[in-house]
Amino acid sequence: MQSIKKFDRQRTIDFLLQYAMYIILLAILVTVSIIKPHFLALGNILNILKQASTKGILALGCAGLIVLAGTDLSIGRVMGFSAAVTASLVQSVTYSSRYFPGMTQDLPLIVPFVAAIAVAVAFSLFNGFGVAKLKMHAFIITLGTQLIAYGANCLYIEAQPSGTAQALSTFNQTFKDASAGNLTIGTVTIPLVVLYFLGLAAIMWVVWNKTRLGKNMFAVGGNEEAARVSGVKVEKTIMLVYLMAGILYGIAAFLEAGRIQSVGANTGINYETDAISACVIGGVSFSGGVGTIQGVVIGAVILQAINFSLNFLGVNPYYQFIIRGLIIVLAVAIDVRKYIVKK
Amino acid sequence: METAKAPLLEMTGIDKAFPGVQALSKAQMTVRAGTVHSLMGENGAGKSTLMKCLFGIYKKDAGEIRMEGKLVNFTDPRHALDNGVAMVHQELNQVLRRNVMENVWLGRLPLKHGLVDSQKMYRDTKKVFEGLGIDIDPKRIIGTLSVSNRQMIEIAKAVSYDAKILVLDEPTSSLTENEVERLFGIIRHLTQKGVGIIYISHKMDEILRISDEVTIMRDGMWIATRDAKNLTTEEIVRLMVNREMTQRFPPKNNQPGEVALEVKDLSGKYEPTFHDVSFSVRKGEVLGISGLVGSRRTELLNTIFGYHSKEKGQIILHGKLMDNSAPDRSTRNNFSLLTEERRATGLFPQTNITFNSVIANIRSRGYGKFLLKKSKLNQDTDWVIGAINVKTPSKRTLIRSLSGGNQQKVIIGRWLLTTPEVLLLDEPTRGIDVGAKYEIYDLILKLAEEGKCVIMVSSEMPELIGICDRILVMSGGRMAGVVERGVDFGGVAGEQETILTLAAKYV
Repeated sequence: MQSIKKFDRQRTIDFLLQYAMYIILLAILVTVSIIKPHFLALGNILNILKQASTKGILALGCAGLIVLAGTDLSIGRVMGFSAAVTASLVQSVTYSSRYFPGMTQDLPLIVPFVAAIAVAVAFSLFNGFGVAKLKMHAFIITLGTQLIAYGANCLYIEAQPSGTAQALSTFNQTFKDASAGNLTIGTVTIPLVVLYFLGLAAIMWVVWNKTRLGKNMFAVGGNEEAARVSGVKVEKTIMLVYLMAGILYGIAAFLEAGRIQSVGANTGINYETDAISACVIGGVSFSGGVGTIQGVVIGAVILQAINFSLNFLGVNPYYQFIIRGLIIVLAVAIDVRKYIVKK
Repeated sequence: METAKAPLLEMTGIDKAFPGVQALSKAQMTVRAGTVHSLMGENGAGKSTLMKCLFGIYKKDAGEIRMEGKLVNFTDPRHALDNGVAMVHQELNQVLRRNVMENVWLGRLPLKHGLVDSQKMYRDTKKVFEGLGIDIDPKRIIGTLSVSNRQMIEIAKAVSYDAKILVLDEPTSSLTENEVERLFGIIRHLTQKGVGIIYISHKMDEILRISDEVTIMRDGMWIATRDAKNLTTEEIVRLMVNREMTQRFPPKNNQPGEVALEVKDLSGKYEPTFHDVSFSVRKGEVLGISGLVGSRRTELLNTIFGYHSKEKGQIILHGKLMDNSAPDRSTRNNFSLLTEERRATGLFPQTNITFNSVIANIRSRGYGKFLLKKSKLNQDTDWVIGAINVKTPSKRTLIRSLSGGNQQKVIIGRWLLTTPEVLLLDEPTRGIDVGAKYEIYDLILKLAEEGKCVIMVSSEMPELIGICDRILVMSGGRMAGVVERGVDFGGVAGEQETILTLAAKYV
């Protein structure tokens, strides 16, 4: 009798641990909507989703690296540089202090899009090379890359004809429509970026769950040696996961340039914090080998919902930092508890 | 040789040198189709180096490997697998948080329209398992299964490659008797299909039972290949160590005195664990603990030492109740524990002998109040090296470069420095060679002669019978009984049967 009770209690604790993050965060949202009933308006929800999208795409990329038991501290700076390159290529041709004065005609959108991806992929593959071939810890190499990307970005921005470091702005209409446009269905206006995010999440879900690359990624993250003796090409798998991350960062940079309309040296700063937090809140374990795309999407949305609510309630921004920091600590504390084996 | 079967795999003249060591020199081995070929030798004899050369993990310096007469040179384990050479490693290399079937097909997941075909994977896993008589759901998360089930899955995985050559490295180290029988059934089934098996094990009785041929290595060299049916245990040991081992156990002269340690109604807290174990140990006695895998012997030792939490029960030393709620307390109470997994919980592999010798003792006052005294560190390390005969070039040598037996001696020395009264030894001779085993037996008996209480868990029945005064038998997490030297074993007929019957009592 006693052992049955003990068993039930254990199951309840396990259940609470499994969903603790969601429960706590839902509670916050419910509280906010009780304090301010109009919080749950459709407009606000779409706004949250819109703001969650670019960071969510970054999170989709870095989630794979966390599954590999790594991380990526260079996300923000790499995205910033990639966004600056995008911005320089999509400036309106009538804008007098544009980056490329020789550009007299809008480039086809594919050019800045590919350029954005190329920049991000180059940095991400550099990281991947360090991890896969040089056996460096992801923390260290991305710490270095982050500085390299920042320096390169500042040099790139400063190389504009005016010789100043002013932010790159005034973009052409085609770019604005594609990156920051909306899709109107009846009375509902959905930001395109939300659809892009969900589309990319769907693609990543298939990659993670239905392809060899996905399965191999979980195997390498869960037990690298087991993967190796099973004949998985460990280095190739790592490089491919970094490649995917780079592509997603590039896409996010392209969209973010369109969203913020002006790209400076500090664009993207601290974005890695949000991307990594989204993954952790969504249950991607830092010990490697565990995580789901659904979790990452929900994590990104929940994180943004909290930021939004704090703003909505008019909380002092400095407190907001403290609260967001505590949320990350809490998420990791809970995540670690899930895998503790009691002896 | 009367086995007229064709050679499937021939390795000849294999050389491999590492900086400062000639690991293999003219090693050779020929495996015939449909036979079991055992590979034997002390630790460090070059068995695993030879296998690593076969699989391309190491690049051999010289020599030839032929499969069915054709020269092959595998570049990595995958390349070997693709050519029908598979290996089941002693350490289970599995992705614990993924399911069984993904672990089986990892590295070659079946595709359908470019995506992984889970249904085919499920069906194929079922088919392989059925062929081997394994009843495990392919969708279970592999980390939730027992070690022996995971071992069977690893074997099934190797079989699923349709390998022509299958290497089994200590496959029975975590299997129960019944499972060993099942494994032998599988091996016979495979040899009938013409598979050649390379079987690596330290267990003599298994080798003699299952092998057709036995190759013995020593110091990286081929020593002999013999038909198993013409071999005896003594002959194998003689070839392995190049000396007559007339005595496997040192003379036993310890005289148990009055009761020193009492354990009453002890139960572990977190399942799977043991329940209601009571026993006592006399001063100068060696108490063995026997049982099958899963009988919770290790949990019992860990709980006495406070490394695992206890649910209830008392531990009494010299009439005083001991609060062994955590290892730091039990060491102060003069208990010490040699853990089962040397690599996982014993060694600090990246550090030298000195560090590994003194680490459990540096909190004692003799090492100085604030800064550690170098002279004391050196003195104690010298004592460890001298008193238990550790073979090492210097105190500064990294412990991972010593042989398993010498590593084990350093760790035993580490605990002796703390001058314990109760020594808990969990598989003290696991994975070490015959010569080092003898030295460790000798050390255990000397400690008993000095009046220490020794409790020793072992899976090797002969060593329990050889050196223990009494043997406590665990079965299914409970105490099945205690057998006594001179009454139930120690020259008494049917001794192993008594213990085995007890071990199966609550299974």
